[in-house]
Amino acid sequence: MKIAIASGKGGTGKTTLSTNLSVFLSETEKVVLVDLDVEEPNSGLFIQGKLLSEHIQYKEIPEWVQEACTLCGECQDVCNFNAVIQLGDSIMVFPELCHSCHACSGLCPVGALPMKPKEIGLIRKYKYNNLDFVESRLNIGEEQSTQLIANTNHFTDENYNNDYIKLFDSPPGTSCPVIEATKGVDYVVLITEPTPFGLHDLKLAVDTMRDLNKKFGVVINRYGIGNDDVIGYCEEENISILARIPNRRDIAELYSRGELLYDKVPEFGSEIISLWNNIRKEVEAE
Amino acid sequence: MKEIVVISGKGGTGKTSITASFSVLAGRDAILADCDVDAADMHLLLEPDFANPGDFYSGEVSEIIEDKCTQCGECMKVCHFDAISLIDAKHRIDPVSCEGCGYCTHVCPENAIISRELNVGKCFVSSVKTGTKMVHARLGVAADNSGKLVAKVKNEAKELAVKLGKKYVLVDGSPGIGCPVTSSLTGADFVVLVTEPSVSGVHDLKRLYELVKKFRIPAGCIINKADLNSKTSQSIIDYLKEENILYLGSYKYDLAFTRAMTEGKTIVEWDGANSISLSIKESWEKIKESLL
Amino acid sequence: MRIAFTTKGDKWESMMDPRFGRTEYFLVYDDKSKEVTVYDNTDVQGEAHGAGPRTATELFKLNPDILITGNGPGGNAGTVLEKAGIEVYIGAGQMTVKEALEAFLNNKLEKI
Repeated sequence: MKIAIASGKGGTGKTTLSTNLSVFLSETEKVVLVDLDVEEPNSGLFIQGKLLSEHIQYKEIPEWVQEACTLCGECQDVCNFNAVIQLGDSIMVFPELCHSCHACSGLCPVGALPMKPKEIGLIRKYKYNNLDFVESRLNIGEEQSTQLIANTNHFTDENYNNDYIKLFDSPPGTSCPVIEATKGVDYVVLITEPTPFGLHDLKLAVDTMRDLNKKFGVVINRYGIGNDDVIGYCEEENISILARIPNRRDIAELYSRGELLYDKVPEFGSEIISLWNNIRKEVEAE
Repeated sequence: MKEIVVISGKGGTGKTSITASFSVLAGRDAILADCDVDAADMHLLLEPDFANPGDFYSGEVSEIIEDKCTQCGECMKVCHFDAISLIDAKHRIDPVSCEGCGYCTHVCPENAIISRELNVGKCFVSSVKTGTKMVHARLGVAADNSGKLVAKVKNEAKELAVKLGKKYVLVDGSPGIGCPVTSSLTGADFVVLVTEPSVSGVHDLKRLYELVKKFRIPAGCIINKADLNSKTSQSIIDYLKEENILYLGSYKYDLAFTRAMTEGKTIVEWDGANSISLSIKESWEKIKESLL
Repeated sequence: MRIAFTTKGDKWESMMDPRFGRTEYFLVYDDKSKEVTVYDNTDVQGEAHGAGPRTATELFKLNPDILITGNGPGGNAGTVLEKAGIEVYIGAGQMTVKEALEAFLNNKLEKI
């Protein structure tokens, strides 16, 4: 089973939920948690597991072969991303701007821009008690997170078979990285806060999930602050509310110190249990 | 006219609530620009009228002109994004998968593929409740923010500010460290960094400041929810000193922010005497002073 | 010596554009011939990403020795300017082009 934890905006408790749910489940099940928030992979701050292996990830970028180049300028003209430019008698490539489309390389009349692998990030495999944990981290300055997310999904499929419950901590927002992160999952958990900001961003996330034809439900974090508009919206739209995590100062403090909560705050632990029961029911229901 | 940009890297630090509070304090002196286009929430507190909507285009997608296409399949061979497929004996481009690189347009022997500009959303120049104007945007589903969109929002705001003789342009900046935030920063006179004393908050603050340094823009920092972890807050203050970043104050962890938000208000309107409201006012004075 | 300015208009009285990558114009002043060349960079507004390096190549074609602008250029643009051997002076974002030249001649701008 593949479950993604996502949210319309950052800072709503996505990582808190993913880490606690996965560690809790790993007490009784085979679970792998995959952190796909590759620009800010923060799950590892809460799960300090034993490092098992590291796998460098690459994307392909053009490399200029000066001896072959006739300085015709075709590469600069065809690049839609300003990643290849001609500066006098040299060609410069900006790897962070490159989308690996191969246009400059393939259209170069003299083959002076062969594609070469370039490191874009690192996948690390960890073991934390019974939990398998995969962290994927984009190199600083690199802008193409979608490619690394696709690599990481592929890596997870190869390394963990279908006996595993696979949980994906997705990047925030509603654009390409989220779409890549939720590709192929059975269910998406959207986490939000019961505030006007939370509701607004939830609506955007719901529109995206419906556009992608995904099954999804909602977790309300910091329940008790704000108002009931999120609940009203979910009822109107027939969206299941999977759990309501109470707002408590001790939760915020434990979080700021990078600690897990489900075994320390009973009110939190019970919501994690009912969350899991609800997810299972939703996934199994047709 | 001075441009002030508020950024935070990580989400959930209170950046938008704080920017909106500054907007209220600045009143008619500022034109507002919401460049946090992915989660454009400032309008929830400032009641814009969504006036003057304009379509916004950014990036491109390829499109096959069916009449010209001979179904030779050259386009499908070169596409590295699996965006072109053969369905019912016809080549088709999936606009969601298309990266807009244009490789297919160059290899088509019949010139049957064109690049079309992508409509990603709408841009507005609204009147807001503080008696001034706000430039903001709304992205379509699955559309990406870009340096171009941020530049457009900021440009419109700056032009308005010059035309109306305003003192400030106040920008709610984009999240992350990529192209949109680069575009948020360029041209600014002062950057306000909003952080929180959590492990991820500190990490993101440092990463973001590396970018700010490249632009050589003077910066100040607000530590929100400071009392949740006073040890980490102190280490942030030490970091600010080291880097010569102006310390703009520490705000308490307080649900007053949320209560105000629930009523559609900024905290400074909701309760001007609240300790956070006072801290925000103090920060705003410091920012204004450093711009003199 | 050829001095380039990032500007919002095509005159000495025009305001400087504090941005590099998305500057509206370049004014290039040749202090020997006293000639001024205007380059309209508004096309760059159409670029979704990578405005910095694109503008830097356009600037390179104008063959300046020195660039005067507002903020420091971002990372990619900075790389091109360095490779092109163009010296960059900043801090002129709020001036007119004329004031920026005077500030430069009086050593009032910061070199990066």
